[in-house]
Amino acid sequence: MLKVERLVVQQNDFSLRADFIIESECHIAVLGPSGAGKSTLLGAIGGYVPLKQGSVFVNGRNVSNTQPDQRGISMLFQDGNLFPHLTLTQNVGLGLRPTLRMTDAEKEQVHQALMCVGLAGFESRKPGDVSGGQQSRAALARMLVQAKPLMLLDEPFSALGPALRNEMLELTLEVAREASATIMIITHDPKDAERALDQILFVNAGQAYSPMPTADIMADPPVALSAYLGL
Amino acid sequence: MVKRAGAIGGPIVSGAVFALILAALVAVMSKANWPISFGVSDWAVVRFTIWQAILSASLSVVFAIPVARALARRQFQGRSALVTLLGAPFILPVIVAVLGILTVFGRTGWSSQLLGIFGLPPLSIYGLQGVVLAHVFFNMPLATRLILQGWQSIPTEQFRLVGQLGLPPYEVFKTLEWPLLKQVLPGALALIFVICLTSFAVALTLGGGPKSTTIELAIYQAFRFDFDLGRAAILSILQLVLAGTSAMLALWILPPIVLQSGFDRPLVRWDARGNFPRILDAIYIGVATIFLILPLSAVVVYGLIGLVKVPSTVWFAAWTSTWLAVISTGLLIIMALPVSAWLGGSKKGGAETLTLLGLAASPLMVGTGWFIIIYPLADPQYFALLVTALVNAIMALPFAVRVLVPGMRQSLVDYGRLNISLGLHGFLVWRIVLLPRIRTRLGFAAGLAAAMSVGDLGVITLFANPEWATLPLQMYRLMGSYQTTAASGAALILLVLALGLFWICDYWGRYAES
Repeated sequence: MLKVERLVVQQNDFSLRADFIIESECHIAVLGPSGAGKSTLLGAIGGYVPLKQGSVFVNGRNVSNTQPDQRGISMLFQDGNLFPHLTLTQNVGLGLRPTLRMTDAEKEQVHQALMCVGLAGFESRKPGDVSGGQQSRAALARMLVQAKPLMLLDEPFSALGPALRNEMLELTLEVAREASATIMIITHDPKDAERALDQILFVNAGQAYSPMPTADIMADPPVALSAYLGL
Repeated sequence: MVKRAGAIGGPIVSGAVFALILAALVAVMSKANWPISFGVSDWAVVRFTIWQAILSASLSVVFAIPVARALARRQFQGRSALVTLLGAPFILPVIVAVLGILTVFGRTGWSSQLLGIFGLPPLSIYGLQGVVLAHVFFNMPLATRLILQGWQSIPTEQFRLVGQLGLPPYEVFKTLEWPLLKQVLPGALALIFVICLTSFAVALTLGGGPKSTTIELAIYQAFRFDFDLGRAAILSILQLVLAGTSAMLALWILPPIVLQSGFDRPLVRWDARGNFPRILDAIYIGVATIFLILPLSAVVVYGLIGLVKVPSTVWFAAWTSTWLAVISTGLLIIMALPVSAWLGGSKKGGAETLTLLGLAASPLMVGTGWFIIIYPLADPQYFALLVTALVNAIMALPFAVRVLVPGMRQSLVDYGRLNISLGLHGFLVWRIVLLPRIRTRLGFAAGLAAAMSVGDLGVITLFANPEWATLPLQMYRLMGSYQTTAASGAALILLVLALGLFWICDYWGRYAES
């Protein structure tokens, strides 16, 4: 469960406010115009953007002053999710052991994760030697071994084509189910939300609204959302 | 927040370097006779130092412009080899180049013999002309690379447009090339001026005499011949003020140092067709190549002949120099890594000033200072190697930092968040991320440092003792006692050592890529 309580982020003359609760294992689409504060919201929850006020609770634990890697959150960014000089095994292994000194059991776990995302046989390749889709798969495999209760995805598939993006979204949901994790994924395509995600969290002009079930919100979108969607 | 890489080590190392230099300065000042008075001869030394640096910088740049222009717009066999060769003087030991220059331009050298055939008097190389000639030999290639790099930053499309419009050469120069030169030239001039200002080995071998003494050389003479610490102190302060001010001014216009590779982008030029420009470019490139190749081949040819005449002291000195370079390079890496991570992680500018102290502070001043500090406590000669290795590392630090910082900055920008999200911090960041990411740059920087250290003829001259020496010092002694053949052999060994050490480090850096 994620609870965001009276959160305020201030960046120069931009401010973001949020106050909501997300139940465990929910799959949330974060939707909104660019510059509205979607990335800032995920950054604040993940611990990359300092909070001015308010708190973030993950599974009931206040993590507002905790290091990003200690929050029970894993995160994928728009780019730079893999180290180009490390093999896919090593990149995934970092999610288990930052020292990369893995036991045999851990190596096996990494192997299983790579298999799970369809990368069997690519273990010793480097990111530069595989396709963009395969890079995304490797990043997802790392989320799988990290097995954090909350997964944040800041448009990691935006560079991929539509078909591949759908595929990655499906795979992400599989990974989330496998790890029994809550996910929040920023997307620009409301169809993503309608097809695959339970709820929509709308962000507009520095205000994050409480998530609502996708069907409900799409049936009767608020004014700002329909303006954004062009309805 | 988590401490960034180098956030602790960077300031500590910078502070230590600063303290080392400051301690030397204080030690030297304590020996000066207060109030400080500058004699007529001191002013003559200052005048000569500035004058030769101005001449060297402007001549290097003036010659470099047509060569860079020709290289930028011509394609030919061996072009990339020539561009690589332009990088060579940077790692070439000064004393080796000086011997090569003497062989070609000296009183009994090739040019003088050629002139003799026509009944003309031989060239006289000692003095201002020799010092400037050697400085141009070293810095014209550097200037060429800097300008070439700028030239190639003009997008190909602009030249295509110029070709389409059929602009005459003068218009092309005015619209495309002059704005670029205005950007590149001040930096190149400033860098070369500062380098020549603190020149020692060139002045030691080709200058000398009251009329052509640089401040650095005067410090050496005051210290070594007269053991006049007061005068050495005054000169050191002069040097610090002069080089420090210039380095500070130059800092804002200094061009970045680029890795060896690159500069190979083919460039189709539509504005330089026709035979006349083509012949002119060929002449520029040809003359520059001969100017660079002749002294180097002289070293190789006479070196091979002299190799058999090399006394055992030379081989011993080669061994001493090798591990001196290894220690010095090790020290440099220990200093450069945290400093560059620190600078790479902080805002641009500002802190970078610190590293320029290495350029501004004269090696001989630091050496003299530490001699004074050690003297009452122990025999300074026991510490000669340590002080030399340390001073060499400090001198290489500004170059290494300029090579490393962009790589550090890039790694931290690209992977900073990923490091945090994976819980990578402290030494893990270094092992997993930074070191592999900057390996190529580190190899190059270490290679530069090793080559500069093995070929350095500076501080070691202060601590010289008859029983042992570094290879450049041993070679200088052979030259001084007119054992030219043995000196040529030693020069070849030194050349191979410097290039070899550079190659090993650089290769180690590139090896990871394959």
